[in-house]
Amino acid sequence: MKVILHQPRREIEVSGPGSVKALLNRLDLVPESVLVVRGNELLTDDVRLRPDDVIEVRPVISGG
Amino acid sequence: MKCRVCRERAVISVRRHNAGFCRSHFIEHIHRQVARTISDHHMFGMDDRLVLGVSGGKDSLALWEILTVLGYRVDGVYLHLGIGEYSSDGLLFSQQFASERELSLRVVDLGSDHGFSIPEAARLTSRVACSACGLSKRYLLNQAAAEMGYDVLVVGHNLDDEAAVLLGNVLRWEVDYLARQRPVLPTSDGGLVRRVKPLLRVAERETAAYAILRGIQYEIEECPMAAGNTINRYKEWLNRLEEQSPGLKAQFLFGFLDRGAAYFPPDPPELLACAECGRPTPGETCSFCRLKKVTVLRIAGRGV
Repeated sequence: MKVILHQPRREIEVSGPGSVKALLNRLDLVPESVLVVRGNELLTDDVRLRPDDVIEVRPVISGG
Repeated sequence: MKCRVCRERAVISVRRHNAGFCRSHFIEHIHRQVARTISDHHMFGMDDRLVLGVSGGKDSLALWEILTVLGYRVDGVYLHLGIGEYSSDGLLFSQQFASERELSLRVVDLGSDHGFSIPEAARLTSRVACSACGLSKRYLLNQAAAEMGYDVLVVGHNLDDEAAVLLGNVLRWEVDYLARQRPVLPTSDGGLVRRVKPLLRVAERETAAYAILRGIQYEIEECPMAAGNTINRYKEWLNRLEEQSPGLKAQFLFGFLDRGAAYFPPDPPELLACAECGRPTPGETCSFCRLKKVTVLRIAGRGV
């Protein structure tokens, strides 16, 4: 699946994670510090991901 | 996960409330949290003239939306700080938001009004970028609010911002700063406009979720000068603790405000008129005018 990351914006391919929670673990991200978006939809940690998904992992921490 | 209220599919889990929410019940929940904060701290009323500091980021735009939905009439002021694409994108997001909702947005430009930018101040003085930026924002927002005759200056600081600042103040026992860390800073005779933080009960992750769920376009990329700064590092640490102990950030912040703050009573210094600009300052010349003077002199000296 394609995963869009930010700060800076980039795209990576990730294979096989079953759920949002597993994806965040794989990327070593703290769930409290990000939101996971598919299209216009926000996803909770338990949502199962599909191989053809395009997932955006949006950081929520901002300074200033 | 199901919505706590209606049992439909949840779009967000708020672990400190041990609850999931669907879109509409999450939006309601956020409106209720902000309305409660405004009421609990007597921040402002429907008749007050309100101006909001707007950056084009999730917090300020979400707050503008929330206050408008709650029925308040709020104008915005955008500070253009000259931080390259980050500043110009922030301005575009703010203008787009305001024009779609027919809200009033005033732009203050640090470069054309004062002759320098934040990157120049950081490069040419001993101040680190976030410190020069923070003091400039406090000064310019207060100046804009005072000159335009607003009753209240509203800022988009959220629960995570306040918890991270509190952590920094406690780690270094900054007792003067602890005495000023309040949801409301009152008006002063010297010309400081009442300053309030209605997002105090809303976590950063929730303001971002609110913005996405309301279709608000905002600046996602971080300020290039703030990346890795101390406050952001504290936020990451607090989020790692929060993962293990949901609710800890809120307990830390509200425990301080409810029970700790009384040990650090405000002791506002007597304010004088700045020798340069006439705005209130505890010293002879305010810190913004000192920063401006040094930066502008060095820009002229270097021909940059």
